[in-house]
Amino acid sequence: MMNLLMELQALVGRELRKWVRSPFLLFMTMVQPVIWMGLFGKAFNLTAILNISDDVLAQLPPYITSQLGEAFNSIMASLLGASGLDYFTYMSVGMLSIVVLFTSMSTGMSVAWDRRLGFLNKLLAAPIKRGTIIFSKVLSSVIRSVVQALMVMAISIAFGARYSLSSPISLPAALASLFLLSLGLSSLFVSLGVRLKSWESQMAVMNLLNLPLMFASNALYPIRMMPSWLQSIASVNPISYAVDAVRQSLLYGPAADPSKLLLDLGAVAVFAAAFTAIGVLIADRGLRRG
Amino acid sequence: MIVTEGLVKTFGKLVAVDGVSFTVNDGELFGFLGPNGAGKTTTINILTTLMRPTSGRALVGGYDVVSEAEKVRRIVGLVPQDITVDDDLTGWENLMLQAGLYHIPRSEARRRAAEVLELVGLSDAAGRRVETYSGGMRKRLELAAGLLHDPEILFLDEPTLGLDVQTRAAIWEYITRLRRELGMTVFLTTHYMDEADSLCERVAIIDRGKIRALGTPSDLKASLGGSIIDLEIVNGGSADVMSILGRVDAVRRVSLADGVYRLSVDNGEEGLPAILENLLRSGVRVSRVVMRKPTLDEVFLEYTGRKLRDETGSWEEAFRQRMIVRRMRT
Ligand SMILES: Nc1ncnc2c1ncn2[C@@H]1O[C@H](COP(=O)(O)OP(=O)(O)OP(=O)(O)O)[C@@H](O)[C@H]1O
Ligand SMILES: [Mg+2]
Repeated sequence: MMNLLMELQALVGRELRKWVRSPFLLFMTMVQPVIWMGLFGKAFNLTAILNISDDVLAQLPPYITSQLGEAFNSIMASLLGASGLDYFTYMSVGMLSIVVLFTSMSTGMSVAWDRRLGFLNKLLAAPIKRGTIIFSKVLSSVIRSVVQALMVMAISIAFGARYSLSSPISLPAALASLFLLSLGLSSLFVSLGVRLKSWESQMAVMNLLNLPLMFASNALYPIRMMPSWLQSIASVNPISYAVDAVRQSLLYGPAADPSKLLLDLGAVAVFAAAFTAIGVLIADRGLRRG
Repeated sequence: MIVTEGLVKTFGKLVAVDGVSFTVNDGELFGFLGPNGAGKTTTINILTTLMRPTSGRALVGGYDVVSEAEKVRRIVGLVPQDITVDDDLTGWENLMLQAGLYHIPRSEARRRAAEVLELVGLSDAAGRRVETYSGGMRKRLELAAGLLHDPEILFLDEPTLGLDVQTRAAIWEYITRLRRELGMTVFLTTHYMDEADSLCERVAIIDRGKIRALGTPSDLKASLGGSIIDLEIVNGGSADVMSILGRVDAVRRVSLADGVYRLSVDNGEEGLPAILENLLRSGVRVSRVVMRKPTLDEVFLEYTGRKLRDETGSWEEAFRQRMIVRRMRT
């Protein structure tokens, strides 16, 4: 037990040191979601489509404007999940899960680098459990993911996202959801990194997974706006559940549905448990001696 | 103690290690010499449990490298050929990481780290990131990391490659001291024949996965005969110098490279007059003669047919091999 703690401290410490020491890399991983928020959240503003310019509104009789307003509100509410939400707020919450996705993926890549630079061999020659090697990667990945998601949250609030917490446990619930998502995704990507020994094939597989995971989810667009085939993919995508859990807890305020939140969290937990188990099995075989 | 019996490792069709058997005694400094691709690193990888042998058996410190890998890992130290210290960490942090991997408690780790850093001359640079180190400094840090947990058996894969003369000397002095004072067993590969000669108690010469010779440096040198004679001739003429030399009794082996005939002779002092006489009688005039005792370089050439630092398959090597005339003596 003491030994395991020492091993973890050494390896997780290394990962986190490397992380905070490369400000450029940190900056780049933050820039990406911020650009996305600007591009999608502000430029392709879904709510703006339904805006009517003020001079047009002024010419309409008052009862028509109020009916129009009601109609628009109900359309938006059914799309975004609650009335009074703007699209930027909606998608910036989705970005939190995307940040988790990107961070977990970069952890997977770092396994390939460790192999290439011979660092992995140093670990394999040491009297440590093979599982510790995997576990330390996943653990540091989870820490990084959650911290970076919180940073994106702060940035989005600075840019005008309006959060509305539904209860005191909202924030813990949102964090739990991001934590579980990160656990599952990190295990997935780390085990891919261990199994796919060449760096190139790893890049290929990860890019292949990356885009569907991101776009076939409700992170950027409401699932209802998708064609039905995409809807069915999105409805089994763990990111959709994690994103919805965060929206239920941080955005919808009084309109939040606690049973939906529980369902979401349960789904992400199942995903995390399944992929952690699969990851441990796969990775263990991948680290076995050739 | 290291014991291997018929160790084989194949990669697909390639047989990288081909039935290697040897024993390294406790406290011995054992050198593994071989050209590029001979199978040295693969052997070390098997002995340090990084690879499984395809067949054969190896015991390290009494433990089987396959079934008791965990125990082997605890008692061996490995300084790999490639540099594996982490660029983004400082020298000190790299050693603390290593300490964590070998379960060395904090306070002891600090003491040991200061000690090994002093030894490799990196005390002043310990606080700097490895990114800023030179190649030699990285190599020294790698060595310090391998020594940190005070292993019973130390594997060094090309420990002094790329280091300057002073550092090489300092490291060798330390390695011999380790062995003398702590009785550490050291298994190393090197490209520096002079180092292997003066420091290793025994060496094995490995080529294409097979051990070609094994013994103390002095025994191996003696097996080549007493002397090496280099001859240069005044415009060779039509005489077949190779076969003339080959007919002299004292000559065991002749090779020609860059216009110099190199002869292995049992007893140079007595053999040389006979050689010169034979050449003169055939009308061959000698312009230059050098006689010396064989070095490990020549032992290497004798057993592998090539010089150590040649690229495998170069035209030069192929040429030299064709020029070697072996003479069977009974
Ligand atoms: N993982 C591997 N997969 C396939 N072939 C390999 C692998 N590792 C080594 N080899 C091959 O096995 C042979 C022996 O390699 P090895 O690294 O043991 O040589 P070496 O004696 O250490 O050489 P050098 O002096 O260049 O370090 C080489 O032909 C090499 O290409
Ligand atoms: Mg090698």
